[in-house]
Amino acid sequence: MANFLLGRLLQSLVLLLIVSVIGFAVLHLAPGGPLAQFALIPGLSKEDLAHMAHEMGLDRPLPVQYWEWLTRLLGGDWGHSYRDNRPVLAVITGRLPATLELMGAAILISVLIGVWIGVMAAIRRYSIFDMLATIGAMVALSIPTFWFGLIVIYIFSVHLGWLPPGNRTTVGGDGSFLDYLHHLIAPAVVLALVEVAIWSRYMRASMLDVINQDFVRTARAKGLPERTVLWHHALRNALLPMIALAGVEIPTLLGGALVAETVFTWPGMGRLLLDSLGYRDYPVVMGILMFSALLALLGNLLADLFAAVADPRVRLA
Amino acid sequence: MQDTLTPVQNALPANRVAAAETVLDVQDLSVTFATEHGPLVAVREVSFTLRAGETLALVGESGSGKSVTSLAIMRLTPPAPRVKLGGRVLFTDGNGGTRDLLALEADAMRQVRGNEISMIFQEPMTSLNPVHRIGDQIAEAVTSHHRVSARAALTRAAELLDQVGIPDARRRLSAYPHQLSGGMRQRVMIAMALACNPRVLIADEPTTALDVTVQAQILELLKDLQVATGMAVIFVTHNLGVVAEIADRVMVMYAGAIVERGDVVPVMTRPLMPYTQGLLHSVPRIDPDALGREPLEAIPGSVPDPMRPPPGCAFAPRCRHAEPACEAAVPVLEEADGERQVRCRRWREIDEVRP
Amino acid sequence: MSSAAAHVQPISAVKTGSRAWRRFCRHRLALFGVAAILLMVLASVVGPSLIPFDSLKIDIRHRFAPPPFEGHLFGTDPLGRDLLVRLLMAGRISLSIGFAAMIVSTAFGTLIGVAAGYYGGAIRVALMRFVDAMLCFPQIFLLLVLAAFIQPSVVTLTLIIAASSWMEVARVVEGQVRSLRERDFILAAEMLGASGRYVMFRELLPNAIGPIIVAATLTIARAVLLEAYVSFLGYGIQPPMASWGNMLNNAQQYLGSAPWLAIFPGLMITLAVSSFNFVGDGLRDALDARFDLH
Repeated sequence: MANFLLGRLLQSLVLLLIVSVIGFAVLHLAPGGPLAQFALIPGLSKEDLAHMAHEMGLDRPLPVQYWEWLTRLLGGDWGHSYRDNRPVLAVITGRLPATLELMGAAILISVLIGVWIGVMAAIRRYSIFDMLATIGAMVALSIPTFWFGLIVIYIFSVHLGWLPPGNRTTVGGDGSFLDYLHHLIAPAVVLALVEVAIWSRYMRASMLDVINQDFVRTARAKGLPERTVLWHHALRNALLPMIALAGVEIPTLLGGALVAETVFTWPGMGRLLLDSLGYRDYPVVMGILMFSALLALLGNLLADLFAAVADPRVRLA
Repeated sequence: MQDTLTPVQNALPANRVAAAETVLDVQDLSVTFATEHGPLVAVREVSFTLRAGETLALVGESGSGKSVTSLAIMRLTPPAPRVKLGGRVLFTDGNGGTRDLLALEADAMRQVRGNEISMIFQEPMTSLNPVHRIGDQIAEAVTSHHRVSARAALTRAAELLDQVGIPDARRRLSAYPHQLSGGMRQRVMIAMALACNPRVLIADEPTTALDVTVQAQILELLKDLQVATGMAVIFVTHNLGVVAEIADRVMVMYAGAIVERGDVVPVMTRPLMPYTQGLLHSVPRIDPDALGREPLEAIPGSVPDPMRPPPGCAFAPRCRHAEPACEAAVPVLEEADGERQVRCRRWREIDEVRP
Repeated sequence: MSSAAAHVQPISAVKTGSRAWRRFCRHRLALFGVAAILLMVLASVVGPSLIPFDSLKIDIRHRFAPPPFEGHLFGTDPLGRDLLVRLLMAGRISLSIGFAAMIVSTAFGTLIGVAAGYYGGAIRVALMRFVDAMLCFPQIFLLLVLAAFIQPSVVTLTLIIAASSWMEVARVVEGQVRSLRERDFILAAEMLGASGRYVMFRELLPNAIGPIIVAATLTIARAVLLEAYVSFLGYGIQPPMASWGNMLNNAQQYLGSAPWLAIFPGLMITLAVSSFNFVGDGLRDALDARFDLH
């Protein structure tokens, strides 16, 4: 177990390094590079720009720039927003909770529904339910999330008036938890659509794998009720690989969250990215890019660790 | 469901008294699989009886139907319509009542499985749930059939582990399967099977996947346990050496049907069915008398396609004694001298010519 | 041996090629997918010339016409342009970008995958870690940022989408090559003195074609979807050129009054993407059987 931990940690550090290099490369792809914003201000002379470039260290060799950028990042200095000069990290962490809430709700919904569908489809393989589940999953993976969101808004807000068309709170509302939930449902469900499809397919495959294994036959030979065989013996094993899957899904969820936030005007990190792109607030843009990659890395690591702990074969190797 | 668990020793009288009592009476058992190319008959009208305390060996090559037969008795075959079961399997329980296992409701059958009839399988490495402790897995066999506390079940589990020869039983209860060797895991399987004092134990090639030395240990263990509990054993195998070691009676299966049956010593010293003769002759003998003397005879040809069985005797295409009459119709299982049955038209002639 | 041997017939050998075809046919969804794709491609290419309306003609008097008003099968948009024609023209763009992006990302991903699988060792670790690192970034984030930085034309957009899609192909190819690597025929080729490049492209690659085709098909699906996302968010195809994605962007504000503006483009995207997914799934099943030993 200790070996596994160490190995995994090392791997994450290597990935961190490569991620940072990629990020740095993307940063320099910006038109005019890190100087972009300033290049647009009229009245700035060439000398002023050159002076700024020097101050920002842009005339030094690339590897040196990278190193300085990396150390600043690790030290917590992610630069300042061009818009209001606030520290980028503060800006991002200000909007992060909203996105996390959305992702959390979506994960909850999608895991509960997806696992159930996957298990049922595996138990009743080749039945109508299984066929529908498979086709449904493939179609769900093909629907553009934002279109689904628009449809949901059209049906539930415009036509039925059951749900609010957007935002996190009602303007002038009571700010209660119920009101908050009322606003959370639609974007969470929309975000969960793709995830339900993914979870159900993986769960089905994992369950089918497990059901055909010898120890399931042993459980039946012991005279256990089929219910116990499936849910206590088979499922427990089939869920193991799903834990690691959760970590892998984080980038997908973040991307989907951006779309859901846009359609439902949810004040999260994704919308911040779009807004910042519009304002050419590149420090924030880069900050969000790096932050999400780090979030994904961390999530992956935690998921893998949790999966290792849950499997006695790894835990007590 | 019994309310209390009788410790192993108390089970003794019930099983021992009716020493000659028939425990299992299989009548015309047949198993048909529905495949995309048509029905596949894996077991054809197999009949046999099993008496309390005896060991019946079920011998055959792969594809002979021996494993399917044992699975069918336990009703562990895939459910209809994929698999169709025919015939009757009459089981006489500890109270003297007789029921047809094939006609039981699923719930009632579940009560029999693991409780009155148990089964152990070939692959100990994969037959235990990797994420549950072995103590819990054994205890589960108890609690699903008897109303006992979890504590009592675990105590029973420790008792069983002890009985099957696992040292430090109490501590081992909390071990996970991957922490045990293959031989130990098979012992755990046996412990699980014995948990409720079954009347019948079906062992489907339990030693095939083990090292030879471990094999011997497991066989010893099974023999001892049988003497202690008086249970009947159906031992499925393709290894004739094992048969010689532990069986009282032996049944030879070929292409889904029984082709020879009898007490083990007569069958193995003087087989009447050409297939059995072939099997025995193809076992390498290491005793100094035979060395260099007899060539190793293999049975030519291969097992027939179960989808397209030969019209007459299934073994005829490979049999050197075959005549046109053999291929015309399937021979019946007829009584030979003594407690023997053979499915061969020419067994008498073949026997007379023997040296 | 008796004449009865004639009754014991061997199980007839079924050619693996025809078996794969039969399995594919049995996969009705995949067939539906193929049909749908062919239909869409045909419609996009030929359709606009058959429909009496011009995609660019602005007809203010008939704006917001609901379907099927006066021959406008799918209605008209805020500028009175016929929606169906615009949908088909947009289809040309979206499908071409999807296809082109697939070509680029599959080529690049295959290259990386074959190299990593063949060389193994440090090279494989380095390449696969690179793939893992790229996968840490949410695809849409990466796409948006790149698209915002590099003012997108159809070509650059294609490249950017390819840049965010090659990783899956690389993974699949690497896995396949890695397992093939140890096979005897590769060792034989090497013993005969074949160079690395030869082994990689003449021996390994042809045997990995199956999974590559499956991955490529699924990549088209992904690429079409990604283009839709990027264009919807405003950083992809710019008006007046139409793509299914940016048509949805325009439709957003008229959701209450003219819902057909949003419904049809979305349906087209869903239809196209699911068709490619169905086909990819069917191919995967069919090709899996290829290595079956009967």
